[in-house]
Amino acid sequence: MPARFRLTQGGLIDRSKPVSFQFNGKVYLGFEGDTLASALIANGVHLVGRSFKYHRPRGIMSAGAEEANALIQVGEGARSDPNLRATQIELVDGLVASSQNCWPSVEFDVSIVNNFASRLLPSGFYYKTFMWPASFWMTYESAIRKAAGLGKAPEGPDPDSYDKTFAHCDVLVVGAGPSGLTAALSAGRAGARVILAEQDNALGGDLLSEADAEIQGQPALEWVEGARAELEGLENVRILTRTQCYGYFDHNFIGLMQNLTDHLPQNAKPASLPRHRLWKLRAKQVLLATGAIERPLVFSDNDRPGIMLASACRTYVNRYGVKPGKKAVIFTNNDGAYAAALDLHKAGIHVAAIVDLRSDPEGPMTEQAREAGLRILGNHAVIATAGDKRVKAVLVAPLSEDGEKVYGGGEKIDCDLVAVSGGWNPTVHLHSQSRGKIVFDDDYACFVPGTPAQESVTAGACSGNFGLGACLTQGHDAGIATAAKTGFKAKGRKRAPPKAEDRNFLPARWMWLVPGDKPLGHGGKHFVDVQNDVTAADLHLALREGYRSIEHVKRYTTTGMGTDQGKTSNVNAIGIVAGHFGCPIPNVGVTTFRPPYTPVTFGVFAGRDVGDLLDPVRKTPMHALHEHAGAAFEDVGQWKRPWYFPIAGEDMHQAVNREVKACRDSLGVMDASTLGKIDIQGKDAAEFLNRIYTNAWSQLKVGACRYGLMLGEDGMVMDDGVTSRLGENHFLMTTTTGNAAPVLGHLEEYLQTEWPELEVYLTSVTEQFATISLAGPNARNLLAELTDIDLSAEAFPFMTLREGTAAGIPARVFRISFTGDLSYEINVPASYGAALWQTVMTAGEKYGITPYGTEAMHVLRAEKGFIIVGQETDGSVTPFDLGMDWIVSKKKDFVGRRSLFRADMSKDDRKQLVGLLTDVPEQVLPEGAQLVEKVEDKPPMKMLGHVTSSYHSPNVGRSIAMALIKGGRARMGSKLYAPLADGKVVTCTVTGVVFYDKEGERTRG
Amino acid sequence: MVEAYLRQSPLSQLALPSRIAAEHGNTGVTMAERQFRRIVNLRGNPKSEEFTKAVKSVLGADPPLMPNSVNTGKDITLLWLGPDEWWIITDADTAPVADKLREALAGQHAVVTDVGEGYTCIAASGASAADTLAKGCTLDFHDSVFAPGSCAQSDMAKAVVVFHRLEADKPSFEIYVRSSFAEYLWRWIENAAEEYGVAVTQ
Amino acid sequence: MLEINCPYCGPRFETEFSYGGEAHIERPKDSENLTDEQWGDYVFMNSNTKGVFLERWVHTSGCRRWFNVARDTVSYQILAVYETGAKPPKLDLRNDV
Repeated sequence: MPARFRLTQGGLIDRSKPVSFQFNGKVYLGFEGDTLASALIANGVHLVGRSFKYHRPRGIMSAGAEEANALIQVGEGARSDPNLRATQIELVDGLVASSQNCWPSVEFDVSIVNNFASRLLPSGFYYKTFMWPASFWMTYESAIRKAAGLGKAPEGPDPDSYDKTFAHCDVLVVGAGPSGLTAALSAGRAGARVILAEQDNALGGDLLSEADAEIQGQPALEWVEGARAELEGLENVRILTRTQCYGYFDHNFIGLMQNLTDHLPQNAKPASLPRHRLWKLRAKQVLLATGAIERPLVFSDNDRPGIMLASACRTYVNRYGVKPGKKAVIFTNNDGAYAAALDLHKAGIHVAAIVDLRSDPEGPMTEQAREAGLRILGNHAVIATAGDKRVKAVLVAPLSEDGEKVYGGGEKIDCDLVAVSGGWNPTVHLHSQSRGKIVFDDDYACFVPGTPAQESVTAGACSGNFGLGACLTQGHDAGIATAAKTGFKAKGRKRAPPKAEDRNFLPARWMWLVPGDKPLGHGGKHFVDVQNDVTAADLHLALREGYRSIEHVKRYTTTGMGTDQGKTSNVNAIGIVAGHFGCPIPNVGVTTFRPPYTPVTFGVFAGRDVGDLLDPVRKTPMHALHEHAGAAFEDVGQWKRPWYFPIAGEDMHQAVNREVKACRDSLGVMDASTLGKIDIQGKDAAEFLNRIYTNAWSQLKVGACRYGLMLGEDGMVMDDGVTSRLGENHFLMTTTTGNAAPVLGHLEEYLQTEWPELEVYLTSVTEQFATISLAGPNARNLLAELTDIDLSAEAFPFMTLREGTAAGIPARVFRISFTGDLSYEINVPASYGAALWQTVMTAGEKYGITPYGTEAMHVLRAEKGFIIVGQETDGSVTPFDLGMDWIVSKKKDFVGRRSLFRADMSKDDRKQLVGLLTDVPEQVLPEGAQLVEKVEDKPPMKMLGHVTSSYHSPNVGRSIAMALIKGGRARMGSKLYAPLADGKVVTCTVTGVVFYDKEGERTRG
Repeated sequence: MVEAYLRQSPLSQLALPSRIAAEHGNTGVTMAERQFRRIVNLRGNPKSEEFTKAVKSVLGADPPLMPNSVNTGKDITLLWLGPDEWWIITDADTAPVADKLREALAGQHAVVTDVGEGYTCIAASGASAADTLAKGCTLDFHDSVFAPGSCAQSDMAKAVVVFHRLEADKPSFEIYVRSSFAEYLWRWIENAAEEYGVAVTQ
Repeated sequence: MLEINCPYCGPRFETEFSYGGEAHIERPKDSENLTDEQWGDYVFMNSNTKGVFLERWVHTSGCRRWFNVARDTVSYQILAVYETGAKPPKLDLRNDV
């Protein structure tokens, strides 16, 4: 059975395809081609929500993106979206939708008491009432949020997939109404790469809502169909329907959200297709053909369900074949609304009256309405409305000459539909977002785009051109012009734009605030912004309280804010403010429209960068072997590094202790492939290193290695590592794992911008090699079995390198050590890394070879007092602070040198690196613990510094720690205290930083 | 030299050979690993005739001088990476050129560095290859901008890559990526291609 | 998202680049003779220009070359790109702010 308010014929719906859906728990039927809004109206449902602040009953007030009332929650459970506009939700079988912002139900909402208490809730109420004490705000906020209700968050992780893509085009046309279509056609014909983006599911724009418009002498929609077919035939044109252009950013960078599957029933959605796609588009030219949005009139109680825009009434009748009511009153200030009156009349809806603010209503449509015998009340206003969940009557009265007052008690006219028109506002949002100025047009009383700030143009109603013929022509010409700007000249003989009748909505009488029979704010609410429940009285209050700037009025009253961004309210608000000041509208100025034009799903910004693909997981060539060995991994930048290798039943502490001991007692092996490696070549390579590192490099022999410290120009330690001389003009630098890219960037910056005269080239070879580090007294014994290199201490001393083979693989072997034990680092081509690791593990079995991870490495180096950049340093630590004066050359300049000799750098109370031994040897200080000389009852206490590294050392047989302490080196032997968060205080003694093998015998042996 | 079978490519853990399927009709993108290519990084002054001559004498091809352009010789491909930087790419079974180049360039301000061990190459081709890559890369992959036979360095998803668009009937790209990012990038591209149909090929 | 015309690789998205602050600040060669304040100025102080600003960028994800950009900090319009070491181009600054 067709729904009660469905017309028997007409419209763009498919009556052979019924669609079943649920709204607020009830099942309804609509047709394919319906929106949720049109299907609800067809079923006589107008009450769809409660207002934001006062919880007043609200109905559908538009038929498009500008809908500010009918905000709907769609879906259930994890698949649930709040704040969708019912007017844009395509009806799909099985759709489950519900009102938001009402409790317990839309029919009976307990918060309606706010409406009766509204004198207590003027604008700024929340600011004034809930500001103090500040600490209570959190409590207030959650209660206010619950009462205000902005829809529900989904109940689980989003099960859908989302896509995002970059894209490029010559001409982006936004909007596929008449001007957008002719623009896309002429730009496409010229050969430009065109993207035509349309928020609707069909092309045509306003033509979809017209009953009898004609283009080139044929029905408009037939012409649209021809245009669509031609555009689809052009290889260089891409049409994106259901695609909202939501943001216009710098350098013609545009954000679009495409809806790919929401209009399909759940079981018909292709599994491989993402739900939404984000288009990150760079367009050489942007052509905005975004049309215009009808403006409501601001009159008393203008927010009841059944009061909607006149153009929306046309859309419901002509596009969706539904009757938005049975008995209508039209309320207008212009000729345009008469078209709605006529369409309603033709659809069999009784038009009770046309209430026209104009004293002498005239115009082409007005004349037609007169001929049709409709009752026209010129110089009249709607001064009040009645009806709770649906408008049921209006009160109409004649206006004074100046429009400031009304006369008499008024005439009551029964109706269930009020079609309102206050003129039209060009959709200048995107133009405004692009930083284009907007200017006021006095004739049409609206803001139109001024000079563009970027490579963009506007066409059609968006530019203040309201006639159909003019739109077609302007779009056509703009398409040719923008294509030409991107290098595509129209070919062949000049084509004329399609012809159509030109008709706009003038003449009009502009009135920003329609007077009621009572003073403003006393009975009856003149709503300006229905989404944010802002009334004309609120605006006046803000002005009385001294707000002057329209930006401040906006924020104080919240008009034009939120997801709606003032699509129907901004210009009325500005008009009312101007009226209050008695100044012209341009003097008030205009607020900035911000992206997004309509809300965008969070999912599209994440796209596929979720879960496993959130961020790269960098793996070394031996990674799979570590996984197989059961390693626990640590994130070091994007790298996964083995942290420790637990064997059955071990916890981290036990595993690390075992690994640390093995490296001192016999043999440990570590994957050091992640260390940064930079190949430095050229005749000035040594000089370059002299300038980059604090120490000198010219005298380093070929085949030798040296530790280097690198500073920023501010004198602070930036990185460290061993650099080896492979040839006279050839060095290999190593960096810390996390700093590989920044260090290369630092070197390139100085080389290219400060010292271009140096003949040096830098190449990253980090991943060219797999690096295996052998550490422990048996390192030499094992390696001897695998290499042809003479490993004797004389032939291959500490801090040198040799080339040869390892397990038959070409290898560079460095005799360097970060553990303080006999140690070799073997570099082989990366693809052989796994093979070498396996060979080493097998051959090392007899020595109990023990793979060790980053944690053991940290303990081993701490036993020796070696720093880790980023742990002992934090960007405020100099080499002197670290006690590394020995590495700072006094004979040459280097990056950061001058900073080291600033007065501040030699202060006695700088934080200096020292060792710490806890009085209780088993006690391990937490890293980051603050140290004090004197413990107070409670904070604040005078803090001297903090613990940078702290471990249990099985080789020293106790805990060890390092710390940065004010004037630390002068405190050797003195006691310091670490008051911990749990109230315990750890007592410790300041020592040197080397805890093990102070003479370094083990390394050099 | 150690046995070549001991070598492992960065994508070896994905077991791609076991997934190789015959291309079927609705496959928009095919993917493959081109493993173990030799890549030599060449730096030098292209304005120096001595330099370009020496390069040509060894490679039989000039270093390409136009931005983002590619020159090819016998079994050899040269990619432009920057105003004084190129890649020389050869297959694993082609004789190495690095030492010969070093010899020919001795005494010049020019540098030859082997870098191939640090990269692998992912091939992606098919009607939807460009749309797939556009999901992760800001470059314009349109024929008129990124023409067959050209190259570019950029980001793909969150990895830095070198693209080489091959001269071929259908869109064909080779994407050089650092080994440590290879698994991530392969899975990312495969995921992005899913809506077009994706198959692993030889 | 800016589009920056790398003088070597051509126009690319901002995300491929890293910012390097004000251009044409030369590292002092005689830092020994500078006062602490003069040296501090060099290390820490940059202009904060409203209008056309000459700044450094590096094409991190591309050719890794540093170069200079003349950019209007109000409109974000890029008026010129030029190589490191080159003199800034003559710009008509009258209409730029």
